[in-house]
Amino acid sequence: MLDIQDPEQFRSALRAWLEENCPEEMRDGAADETTICWGGKNWKFSSEAQKIWLERAAAEGLTVPTWPREYGGAGLDRAREKVFQEEMARINARTPLQSFGIWMLGPALLHFGTHEQKLEYLPPIARGEIRWCQGYSEPGAGSDLAGLQTKCEDMGDRWLVNGQKVWTSYADKADWIFALVRTDKESKHKGISFLLIDMTSDGVSTRPIKLISGASPFCETFFDNVKVPKHHVVGEVNRGWDVAKYLLTHEREMISGSGMFAGVSRSLGAVLADDSDGLTEPTLRAKAMEAEVDALAVGLTLERYKDQAEAGGGVGDASAMLKYMGTELNKRRHELLMAAGGSDALEWDGTHAGRAGDWLRTKANSIEGGTSEVMLSIVSRRVLGLPG
Amino acid sequence: MATLVKTEEETMLADAARGFLDDAAPVTHLRGLRDAGETHDPALWKEMAQMGWAGILVPEEQGGSDMGHAAAGVLAHEMGKTLATSPFLSSAVIAATALRQVSDARGDALQRIASGEAIYALAVDEGNKFAPDATAMTAERVGNGFRLTGDKTFVVDGALADRLLVLARTEEALTLFDIPADRDGITRSAQNMIDARDSARIRFDGVEATGDDVVGQVDHAMDVLKPALEAGQAALAAEMSGLAAGAFGMTVEYLKERKQFGIAIGNFQALQHRAAHLWCETEVTASAILHAGRKLDEDPANATLAVSLAKARATSTAQLAVMEGVQMHGGIGMTDAFDMGFYMKRARVSAEWLGDYGYHAGQVARLRGF
Repeated sequence: MLDIQDPEQFRSALRAWLEENCPEEMRDGAADETTICWGGKNWKFSSEAQKIWLERAAAEGLTVPTWPREYGGAGLDRAREKVFQEEMARINARTPLQSFGIWMLGPALLHFGTHEQKLEYLPPIARGEIRWCQGYSEPGAGSDLAGLQTKCEDMGDRWLVNGQKVWTSYADKADWIFALVRTDKESKHKGISFLLIDMTSDGVSTRPIKLISGASPFCETFFDNVKVPKHHVVGEVNRGWDVAKYLLTHEREMISGSGMFAGVSRSLGAVLADDSDGLTEPTLRAKAMEAEVDALAVGLTLERYKDQAEAGGGVGDASAMLKYMGTELNKRRHELLMAAGGSDALEWDGTHAGRAGDWLRTKANSIEGGTSEVMLSIVSRRVLGLPG
Repeated sequence: MATLVKTEEETMLADAARGFLDDAAPVTHLRGLRDAGETHDPALWKEMAQMGWAGILVPEEQGGSDMGHAAAGVLAHEMGKTLATSPFLSSAVIAATALRQVSDARGDALQRIASGEAIYALAVDEGNKFAPDATAMTAERVGNGFRLTGDKTFVVDGALADRLLVLARTEEALTLFDIPADRDGITRSAQNMIDARDSARIRFDGVEATGDDVVGQVDHAMDVLKPALEAGQAALAAEMSGLAAGAFGMTVEYLKERKQFGIAIGNFQALQHRAAHLWCETEVTASAILHAGRKLDEDPANATLAVSLAKARATSTAQLAVMEGVQMHGGIGMTDAFDMGFYMKRARVSAEWLGDYGYHAGQVARLRGF
């Protein structure tokens, strides 16, 4: 199937493959927090179908359709990737696997990693065997990320890491962490390295941070004299900031692109109409219409940028726009869902549990991965060329 | 569907258009017309027609270049940037799209549109809001023909046009007529609109029409008018995106130049963030515009959602761009001597023409199931 280059012939083959291999239970709509398969050593499949779906998709490289086949992907170009997305959407299939390994580390390794690093780390990500988390932020370094202090010393035969990370998403469930560490105190941006650390190493500990949503997706992670093999640095020592910037671009696209546009596949108005008497309340209806217009247009922009990237035009700093628009839109969407739900939506547990939690969770959208204000500053300076 | 990136051909078209318009139709051109009390420059339109713009949606065998709706949008965008004034939307986009769908193609009408000889205007509106379905103007059957009676308003290019596409009610349904603007019983009075472009009120007082004047089939106006309206809405959206880009460009330049408290005002974060937000809005709208053009070219029967999305987004973005443009320029932005006011006025008129934000957001909602 993957050898078929013609998009329409590929579509027929893929359609047949999906018909045979995607379990019925996995055709229940776009992924959300409860239906995502994250993979990793600690992962417990929510059903046999979820496990089967992951195994079959991974065997074809379809968990990471655009990655090269030698690293566990399907090697699809943009035209066939679109076909893949369309056919998945057509049968309402769940994404077989999602993870920070796929969204963030993978692209960074593909760009900066050595051949050995790619062969070692990418296939287990594609198969859902190793789950990664991200160690960027620190208590003293939020939006000023390059101010990070986690110390990484060269001990000759290994690295020695000491320090603390915060907002490490799902660190308590991850197998490995990719972290930014300080290898040179004298230079702010050129003293940072990008390091891969096994979470089972001695001296690594982590604990969840409970959020206003009641959930604990984020953690604090501590490094206490952690020994790391020398070859676990990605890219050059002291040049990790380049890797970080590249990866942040992907993170922004990921945050704006994944699930954020549930509004595109699923009409917000149709969702709202389910529980607000047909959306008759005029202000709610007007806001829903506006949100629908904007969601469709932002979704098309994501598509346009992908087309542009495929055509050779980089997206670069414009990804800050996607992050800003996508996350602000998602917050609006959840405000409307709360308004439509009325008193039902306020329940912390019971039949309607979850909606308020989701709403509260979205408040982090415009903070994580760079705040909306940071995104606007990036656009202002790097896209528009304004001073400062 | 073709990608949401401009093709090489479209990029070349945009570059050529930009070069021509900067030179031949900058905002000062519109200002000059307004100051002279005129709404149209026949010489400019003739040049545009010679470059093939008037025939961009006309089939090649009828003298057009038939480049498609996305390409028409590319041209409209460039024209919007400098507020170039011409009957491009009325004639080359709306009328050409309506007429090319008719099997007889109405004699040499398309050729005359492509050459720029015939200028068409679309007479649809009767009230102060776009509502074709509510058309009250009557086309009463008299023998083999019709007698048209009623009033149309906000007929863009209606005073200068030599032909009119007129929507009227026959029995219970609607019929579209193509009649010369000087036919007996037609009275045109210019509407001096805020944007200084051509617009007219037109009275039809027992105007006689024959079966030959009907475009398409009697009682089936929407078969030909709907695609034409959508083509016009998409191109108008593209023009508005160009208008937003023009206003935005002026604003960003000003932020870099204008000094207050000893530094360029572009240093102030309060202004930086508003400018950045505005740019984000223009980027998102650009995607909707190109998508609408592609959809009209490739799947016209199902383009309504894409077109209404584009018009709604273009309307809100253009209005934001001109409001911010005036505000960030401060006092000078309020003066007639400065060009930003022209952008603000055109944006306001374009917001209403062919359906306002609410009309199109309503269409989006309906097509999205609520």
